[in-house]
Amino acid sequence: MRTLKFLLQKEFKQIFRDKTIIAMILVMPTIQLLILPLAANYEVKNINLAFTDNDHSAYSQQLISKITSSGYFRLTGYNTSFKESMALIESDQADLVLEIPQDFERNLIRENQQKVFIAVNAINGVKANLGGAYLSTIIQNFNTEIRMELVTPSKSSFIPVIETTNSNWYNTLLNYNIFMVPGILAILVTMIAGFLSALNIVREKEVGTIEQINVTPIKKYHFVLGKLIPFWILGLVVFTIGLTLSRVIYGIVPMGSIPLLYCFVGVYLLAILGFGLLVSTYCETQQQAMFIAFFFVMIFVLMGGLFTSIDSMPEWAKIVSRFNPLSYLIEVMRMVILKGSGFKDIRYHFFIISIFALVLNSWAVWNYRKTS
Amino acid sequence: MPMLDINDNIKWTSEKEMNPSLMVNAALSAEISIQVKNLVKVYGKDKTIAVDDVSFNVGKGELFGLIGPDGAGKTSIFRMLTTLLLPEGGSATVNGNDVVKDYKKIRKSVGYMPGKFSLYQDLSIEENLNFFATIFGTTLEENYDLIRDIYIQIEPFKKRRAGKLSGGMKQKLALCCALIHKPTVLFLDEPTTGVDPVSRREFWEMLKRLKAQNITILVSTPYMDEANMCDRIALIQKGKILSIDTPAEIINAYPDILYKIKADNIYHLYLHLNEFQYTKSCFAFGEMLHVSFTKNMEEVQSELLNYLNQRGHQNVSMDLVIPTIEDCFIKLLSN
Repeated sequence: MRTLKFLLQKEFKQIFRDKTIIAMILVMPTIQLLILPLAANYEVKNINLAFTDNDHSAYSQQLISKITSSGYFRLTGYNTSFKESMALIESDQADLVLEIPQDFERNLIRENQQKVFIAVNAINGVKANLGGAYLSTIIQNFNTEIRMELVTPSKSSFIPVIETTNSNWYNTLLNYNIFMVPGILAILVTMIAGFLSALNIVREKEVGTIEQINVTPIKKYHFVLGKLIPFWILGLVVFTIGLTLSRVIYGIVPMGSIPLLYCFVGVYLLAILGFGLLVSTYCETQQQAMFIAFFFVMIFVLMGGLFTSIDSMPEWAKIVSRFNPLSYLIEVMRMVILKGSGFKDIRYHFFIISIFALVLNSWAVWNYRKTS
Repeated sequence: MPMLDINDNIKWTSEKEMNPSLMVNAALSAEISIQVKNLVKVYGKDKTIAVDDVSFNVGKGELFGLIGPDGAGKTSIFRMLTTLLLPEGGSATVNGNDVVKDYKKIRKSVGYMPGKFSLYQDLSIEENLNFFATIFGTTLEENYDLIRDIYIQIEPFKKRRAGKLSGGMKQKLALCCALIHKPTVLFLDEPTTGVDPVSRREFWEMLKRLKAQNITILVSTPYMDEANMCDRIALIQKGKILSIDTPAEIINAYPDILYKIKADNIYHLYLHLNEFQYTKSCFAFGEMLHVSFTKNMEEVQSELLNYLNQRGHQNVSMDLVIPTIEDCFIKLLSN
């Protein structure tokens, strides 16, 4: 116990002397939580739209004003030929072109049907997809309105229309911040704990201090615990900072129990620290450790279900994400913070993360050899 | 040309006596502190042999030096003896404990100062000392006597971080840390490499004082001049031990009479002497050449002077010289 106490004392002294690390621990979560949720927004606005109006009728004007008043589109061109509009797409001034054919109004009334043409610049896939979808919806609405106007009530007094009404649970206003912030906090905790622990033992190797430590009677588990505990505490500190910030700045109040959240993060941190230690036992230099840790954390983040939903990934990717500890944390964070889930709902996650923690740490201790 | 007898006062050392494995230190005290038997270390896939069948014993309280150039395998031997490296063959004991089986006991009782400074650079002198004292379950106060002589030299800077110390101060701190738990055996791997001559001399003085406290010291160095400070030395090259003896005996065993020769153009002198028919060995030593001949000087002198005159050498001076460890080392290498 005495040895462990002194190891911890030493570890904390070193951490607090390293100004960069302290800044990383305090400033990084603050800045990232301030900036990322605002930027990581799936809503697409300001889609540049060019019109080719070959009709110049009342209906075409109506359609155009309906589209521009939706707020999603910005009119960047109003031309009389498709060629001119296409030039706008080529010069990147327009993302979408809507072409209204000649005799749009006349044919619509006479033949009861008419086609419009949408050309989409698909270089930015998300923008193209969503822009096209928004535009189709608006045109569809327009269509219904005209139908109501044109169809005389006498012919049929009842037009069957299915109208859908949404109600968003757990995030009533579909506020992206509420959706993103818990996930980003999960990533932050992972990055800080993962990188710091991965670099630490390697630093002792690189500087050579491990040589001196290895000839002492220090026990393996003392040494590893001496490395784990400080970063576990730091991880919880970062988590607390993040939770406070998300409450102060974004007004996110966890619906579920905060102690439960801390319990889960505590176990999760053990897993991620185990991962960091494991990386550091396999590396000789800080550079190697940094790259390997970065490689894995990158995969954890991209396949963690924050930016793209795991449910929409291909089967193999779903299987991969099951081995990604971060995906469990993101899920639990959202469940507990947004939905107010209790222990019963996340017991499966608890179980899996405990196994992660156990396996990674035993592996790391086993691989940390004092003799080569 | 018949071989002539070398002068009587120089002893011939037979092949048998030169064999290190037979040179067991009968002269030393019965109590053996470090025993190394046929130790072998092989590295990597290409089976580079770093330590090749090395055997030696170090008696209790002895100051034993491993002398050899870089890459001779000194550090590998140290790392095996301090239980940081597993040998591929042979065995070794420290204080009677096997380096493989009883490594825990060894770690408690030895002090190790690696060649590279490996204390915490971001901790101060005092913190480093206290840290290493605690992990050995002792305190700075408890063993203060042992390190006092060394510690008082760095004590004024005890609040300074180890990374900010000068080379000599770092080395003193490292020695303090290696001594803090009162080890019975001290391993010092190239402790004077990269340290100025004054600090080097001081360091050896410190080692002598430690030896007086009956601590066994195994020290390695690439500097031949430091060999004389040791009780006994082992000359080592390419993982093999060439010779083990006291420095005086090793010098005594030098088989030839050695002359130092100097002239204005030392480079040409070197080339010409190597071509001279009675030259046995010739190599540069500082600004001199150390030369030995296959014949007695009386027989060879006139011929040599003639030979050098013909080749236009000016200001030739020649003198007898007592061989140094370095001469012995070069001699052993050429065999």
